Amino acid sequence: MAGEISEVGIAGAAPEHLSGRGAWFRRLPVVHQLRQSMGLQRGMLVAGLVLCAVFVVTAVFAPVLAPFTGSQLRTGDGTSFGAQQPPSAEHWLGTTVGGYDVLSRVIWGAQTALLVVIVAVAASIVVGVLLGLVSGYFGGALDRVLVVVADAIYAFPSLLLAILLAIVISGGQSSMWGGIMAAALSITVVFVPQYFRVTRAEVVRVKAEAFVDSARVLGTGHLRIMTRHVLRNSTRTLPLIVTLNASEAILTLAGLGFLGFGIEPTAAAEWGYDLQRSVADVTSGIWWTALFPGLAIVLAAMGMTLVGESLNDLADPRLRMRAASAEVAGDVAETSVPGTTKETEE
Amino acid sequence: MTHTADSAPVVRIDDLAVSFATDAGPVRAVDGVSLDVRPGEVLAVVGESGSGKTVTAKAILGLLPATATTRGAVLVSARDGGATDVVSVSGSVLRQARGRDVAMVFQEPSSVLNPVYTVGWQIAEGLRAHGKLSRKAARARAVEVLGRVGIPDPAERVDYFPHQFSGGQKQRIVIAMALALDPGVIVADEPTTALDVTVQAEILDLLRDLRDTTGTGIVLITHNMGVVADMADRVAVMYQGQLVEQAPVGDLFARPQEQYTKALLAAVPKVGEGTARAEERAATRPEGWADGEPVVRATELTITYPGGFRQPGFTAVDAVSLDIRQGEVLGLVGESGSGKTTIARAMAGLQPVTGGSLEVLGTQMRGARSRDLRAMRPRLGFVFQDPATSFNPLLTIAECVAEPLVVHGRAASPAAARGRVDELLEAVQLPRSFGDRFPHELSGGQRQRASLARALALDPELLIADEPTSALDVSVQARVLELFAELQTELGFACLFVSHDLAVVDLVSDRIAVMYRGELVEQGTGAQVLGAPSEDYTRRLLASLPVPDPEIQARRRRER
Repeated sequence: MAGEISEVGIAGAAPEHLSGRGAWFRRLPVVHQLRQSMGLQRGMLVAGLVLCAVFVVTAVFAPVLAPFTGSQLRTGDGTSFGAQQPPSAEHWLGTTVGGYDVLSRVIWGAQTALLVVIVAVAASIVVGVLLGLVSGYFGGALDRVLVVVADAIYAFPSLLLAILLAIVISGGQSSMWGGIMAAALSITVVFVPQYFRVTRAEVVRVKAEAFVDSARVLGTGHLRIMTRHVLRNSTRTLPLIVTLNASEAILTLAGLGFLGFGIEPTAAAEWGYDLQRSVADVTSGIWWTALFPGLAIVLAAMGMTLVGESLNDLADPRLRMRAASAEVAGDVAETSVPGTTKETEE
Repeated sequence: MTHTADSAPVVRIDDLAVSFATDAGPVRAVDGVSLDVRPGEVLAVVGESGSGKTVTAKAILGLLPATATTRGAVLVSARDGGATDVVSVSGSVLRQARGRDVAMVFQEPSSVLNPVYTVGWQIAEGLRAHGKLSRKAARARAVEVLGRVGIPDPAERVDYFPHQFSGGQKQRIVIAMALALDPGVIVADEPTTALDVTVQAEILDLLRDLRDTTGTGIVLITHNMGVVADMADRVAVMYQGQLVEQAPVGDLFARPQEQYTKALLAAVPKVGEGTARAEERAATRPEGWADGEPVVRATELTITYPGGFRQPGFTAVDAVSLDIRQGEVLGLVGESGSGKTTIARAMAGLQPVTGGSLEVLGTQMRGARSRDLRAMRPRLGFVFQDPATSFNPLLTIAECVAEPLVVHGRAASPAAARGRVDELLEAVQLPRSFGDRFPHELSGGQRQRASLARALALDPELLIADEPTSALDVSVQARVLELFAELQTELGFACLFVSHDLAVVDLVSDRIAVMYRGELVEQGTGAQVLGAPSEDYTRRLLASLPVPDPEIQARRRRER
């Protein structure tokens, strides 16, 4: 996405020269956008990135950060935590109705959420992009069938579909990885049509570009055209959908857990389940069991949405904010000079 | 218009400078331009793309985007004597001035008109924005201006929708919209670029006629020197945001002062220039050359695009017969929609042939499957119209040029082909280092030369060039055409050169074929087709083509 030049600037905007030390670093996807952004857009992006970073760090270092494991009910010497204990020095965020430590559950819950997001997004990208590429490139009957199927999946309420898949896949299993895979794959089914349609639309557009025609004139094989020319030019918008989908994946996972189709509490900590167990507590004045898992869901989803939305705005030159030049400044761009300097050829 | 020379200018631009905020920092588009336009005068602003001519024109109407910063003054005077400084006034004052004092005619008429409203409504909308006018009065005025721009039967057609008009008529309606409030000056930004030559001539006649009857000043933005010679009273040449030269049209063409203006005028191709060269080439052909096996032989070639449900197909090419012999350049000219590009695409196997026969390099293209074409493909090169889109944006120029070599097994990888790629880049006069750049880092002309290098990578016997210079500026076009002619002489490939520009085709071709509505109306050498055209359509085409010389053009106009 480097070197996006807006319509008005095309007259003279020189190609952005990224050279010298750290050039590769400045060209990295998110870093590039961060440098490009400004004002409110930058604030949104930075806030989103900070929330995401906190989420990921918490998930990765859960074993170090959490005082207990997610399914622990007693301290090392065998004394029970006790149910619904208010926040104290021992349990900073109190304990749940089931007698778990809330802080530990929230921290371990981040790990579960991150794993589910990664597996769900990775699986849907692979399947969706592959189907979209084949469908868009070859067209015909296969294309029509796949589009109808994708539309049919859209027509289902996504949570209902996820519940159905969770039942089919896990079949009542309760292991951590079984639960995570079940949750992730049920989310995958909901996401595949999105990646499929976006990729297919891009492929159909790119397929008609002159450079693909030019490859066809050369007699390039279908596989080479698809991979070298079409696919690489069709994946630009995917990072945006990934960030938006990641937040949706967290919400779907929480929804599954809340409805009781997620992961067993003894296998892994999961925010949705904890939230559901704390419903009764809210009316009896026990605020800590519901607040913290709920806050975790909101902040994680919001962080990813903020990143996604601001990347989306930054990718569009019409929405991207720029520093206004106070004076009429800047240099006149070089254009070619016929005869006199024989075009600029350095 | 000498009688108006002493009257007050309708537009005065004073030291205008405009810069745009871009990702790469501010870019200055216009740098200290001062101009004025008097009533009844046509001021042509010429220059290549990026010279700031359109930005200047838009500044007159205050139409610059929010990313622009403007300095200087643009004074537009109203008919009642007042003047508005477009740069500094508020939005509401500016809205009052637009339409009433200054109006605009845009480049692409089909995208300017709103397809869901009738043209009468769209003209009335502008009228009603400037004062209370009854629906009936507005409609009457709309009918009046439509009649004035030469729409036949305006009272009825005022209720038509834009799609019911042809391209030329749409441009007439856009001009009618500009005229509705009788503005002191009309800014016309490339008003005929999107139109065919024959239609262009009519629109230019209309603009000239309106100037004479209403006394409005016209700022004509164009890159076509023929249009300038035809229309302008005074010419302002812009280059890199600055005003290079300003002179009455006759003086500018006869005695250009600045180096840039001279170069610009020299780069404009003129019909008849290539005839001598083609004759020279024809004389050196060996005995019996004309009887040899042709590279391309089309007999009764018909190409039909399938129609929709219960709709007949569209015949784009209708029973065309033509030959291209070895080492010969055949120029194919015609207006848009005449089927010339379809023929080019069919020769490259990009468009299925539906009738007749098309033999390219000994392969029958009708009903050919991609397997049948494999042997023929390396012997054929294709240069696309728009160099901006014909390169994969994610590959470097070297990788793009190496692509044919890799695909046909002449090299194992783009890196292994680099030696040959460097040779090719040098053949098209690009420095080797350009191979490591990405397509967007090259200018249009450089990209089109790289495109030529790619087409020639496999040393083809036939090159198909589909409007290779129509996306380029005149000055750049001249260089690309020169290079093309050099390479053709050196390598001796046969070529189908498709273009809508007679002068360009004349410059490079041995023979010229003229297409009209899918049919081949005339073919022959440049001397035959351009010197003594036998078909009515060819004659009309030649007559409509504006000559970049104001005196000859004025004489031709009188004769018409």
